[in-house]
Amino acid sequence: MRQCEVLVIGGGPAGLSAAIEAAKAGAQVVVVETNREVGGQLVKQTHKFFGSSRHRAGTRGIDIAKILRKQCEDLHVELKVNSLVMGIYADNVVAIDEKKSLTEHNIERIQAKKIVISTGASENSIRFPGWTLPGVMGAGAIQTMCNYHRVIPGRKLLMIGSGSVGLIVCYQLMQAGAEIVGIVEALPHINGYAVHASKLTREGIPIYTGYTIKEARGKERVEQAVIAKVNPDWSTVPGSEIVLDTDIVAVGAGLKPLIGMAHMSGCEFVYDKALGGWAPCHNKNMESTHKGIYVAGDTTGLEEASTAIEEGTISGIAIAESLGYIPKDKAKTLKDEGWERLAGLRSGFKGEDRVKAKMKQLNRYDEVMKGGK
Amino acid sequence: MYLDHGVVTKEELIAAGHYPSEARMKKGPVAVCECLQKIPCNPCESSCPAHAIHIGENISNLPELCEDKCIGCGSCVVACSGLAIFLLDKSYSDKVGSVSFPYEYLNNYQKGDVVKAADRSGKNVCMGTIKKIITTPKADHTTVVTLEVPIEYVDEVRSIYREK
Repeated sequence: MRQCEVLVIGGGPAGLSAAIEAAKAGAQVVVVETNREVGGQLVKQTHKFFGSSRHRAGTRGIDIAKILRKQCEDLHVELKVNSLVMGIYADNVVAIDEKKSLTEHNIERIQAKKIVISTGASENSIRFPGWTLPGVMGAGAIQTMCNYHRVIPGRKLLMIGSGSVGLIVCYQLMQAGAEIVGIVEALPHINGYAVHASKLTREGIPIYTGYTIKEARGKERVEQAVIAKVNPDWSTVPGSEIVLDTDIVAVGAGLKPLIGMAHMSGCEFVYDKALGGWAPCHNKNMESTHKGIYVAGDTTGLEEASTAIEEGTISGIAIAESLGYIPKDKAKTLKDEGWERLAGLRSGFKGEDRVKAKMKQLNRYDEVMKGGK
Repeated sequence: MYLDHGVVTKEELIAAGHYPSEARMKKGPVAVCECLQKIPCNPCESSCPAHAIHIGENISNLPELCEDKCIGCGSCVVACSGLAIFLLDKSYSDKVGSVSFPYEYLNNYQKGDVVKAADRSGKNVCMGTIKKIITTPKADHTTVVTLEVPIEYVDEVRSIYREK
């Protein structure tokens, strides 16, 4: 069986950053990516990033993907694309299904000294009458179609959810030429960054806060959406319905960590709403409760690409340290710097909730490792 | 309240101490950071050649503009990831003034075009004349449009009206 030092599952911002740090220190790294290109969600993020200008803020996500990929290539990280990890088995054996063509697959097993799980997240859906009609789609899926595959799925879009993803996708669909008929938000206020909302409002896009979708209507596909004012108990206010002509109902109802790999490895989990639900807990090395298996990015709690990069970086340093490539004191300095940058990214709007949730994960890790339940 | 529906008002900006003074706008172009929510972001601070924007160590602090230091160059307008910084100028006439805003939409606008101007809620409030359209490599595909509008609308106009 093929052996490698570090195997990274998922070539998004977290995974690539882990690979870069480990490879920089001298480790041999393989990144397994299910899509045809590495970069994760960055490959469709055409907007400029927030964060610290010392760390790529102001750069567009699509360009950050190119930078990370180039760094990997320069460091001779093996990027195994079109490859799906089927599972993690005993003794860190990873089974990989590599798609060679439409019909040809190559199944390979690789045994790794260290594994990084950085599988990202998946979109939440919401159920309402008509939700199975063609034209009701995830906001992230629309962004992939539009910005990556260059296919615009509709001309008149209604967005459900005013989180940053929903707001950004509306902006980008408008850039692509679609009309945004409105954004519906059940909360009484904008849920994502207010500046994203302001970009839309000055283009005349109405944001219906305190509203929810009641129904999507159409024969073959979505033709209309009915929205209505929402009560505190989530019932709708009779008579408050508004009917909007639309051919796409986008659902931006948040995301949840993709935890299949961590679950299969027997990692311990913690639930926190602020991080999107269940996520594997870890220590300050980003190592899960399964020794030798590390977790980084949205897999271990839904945040942003910038935080995913920092978590990946920390895990890569910790792995290089445990493999003997970086002396302990140097690794400590580098990891501390990473945690400091994370603290910066977790400050401000909604930051406190995420800091608390991350503390919960760290504490749970300690509890489990001390033999608690 | 801007969090209720996404529309920032001049009153909110003034209350937060985030709006340049009339006297400063009369002297020449000056930036206004229409950023009222603490989010971790600081490219505006580092983009400013005159060190007129202060955020500090905690990158979630709101940007504070020192209007006397601001040279109205517009570096921050294209640096702001939230597209929330504008340049206002009421210095060159009693009747008209100009608003410069980031614009990332496909368009055929040209200098000299007379267009409908939109306020922060997207409403057409007046007509405007395009004075400048600037696209630089450093701006990385963020175009800055300078629109001349009646002086009383400089505080309101923030984009070109979008036809339905």
